[in-house]
Amino acid sequence: MLTCKEFLNELSEYLDESIDAELRAKLEKHITECPNCWVIFDTTRRTIQIYKGMNPYPIPADVESRLMNALEKKMAAKGR
Amino acid sequence: MPAPTQAGVDESTLVAQSREGNTSAFAELVRRYEGKIFRLAQHVTQNREDAEDVLQETFMKAYEHLDQFQGNSKFYTWIVRIAVNQALMKLRRKKTGKTVSLDETIDTGEDTVVREIAAWDENPEQRFSREELGEILDSAIQGLEPPYRSVFVLRDIEELSTEETADALGLSIPAVKSRLLRARLQLREKLTRQFKRKGEDAFAYL
Repeated sequence: MLTCKEFLNELSEYLDESIDAELRAKLEKHITECPNCWVIFDTTRRTIQIYKGMNPYPIPADVESRLMNALEKKMAAKGR
Repeated sequence: MPAPTQAGVDESTLVAQSREGNTSAFAELVRRYEGKIFRLAQHVTQNREDAEDVLQETFMKAYEHLDQFQGNSKFYTWIVRIAVNQALMKLRRKKTGKTVSLDETIDTGEDTVVREIAAWDENPEQRFSREELGEILDSAIQGLEPPYRSVFVLRDIEELSTEETADALGLSIPAVKSRLLRARLQLREKLTRQFKRKGEDAFAYL
């Protein structure tokens, strides 16, 4: 039987699906029996999902135009 | 600068054209990734001005060293590595006398932080406007220590692999993994305070 602490130590790899089948089975058994770990598993999974779904804000127009200006100068200097 | 006609062109073609001196091909590469690089720079430096510098320096360096880019990694991964280096350098310069190294030992202890154990709403995101949600997510990240923050940003926001993250940060793979676990748990903790089901508080303490 896994302890909660052992479960937590493997949680990240479990969520990334980078563990072997045997350990995976043990972890799955643990969350069906331990409501606290199930909640932690579920909310951690959703934490990652929320961040992954976050699109970058459009880059502010002034920042972009300064970037493009700087690059144009650079390109001109490098010359062709 | 000419033409949005490059929009559908694939990345390796753009890189090849840029190498031959086609400036509009390079401009298209910049447009594709500037948003992500700016976000990454803001997360790592936590400062808009620095982030803007990092953004510029990243693409300047990329342009300068384009001939060193090996086609065996993705262009995006390559510029992320440049951006991370620039951002870390900024951090280091700011803290004179106190070097910020991602290698510095941080007390990882064995006490994996888990205090809030409460189920979330079905769709907690919907309780907030997009702006509010963005602020909640950003400020949670800001609350992480830099070594955890960088790992989380690269792995879970920029979606680099463990190996790519290790490579970009100069860390070992086990270090990336353990920092990622802690970062994720800390963020989960912070978000739970906002997203937990109303009326439902911790079941118990572990």
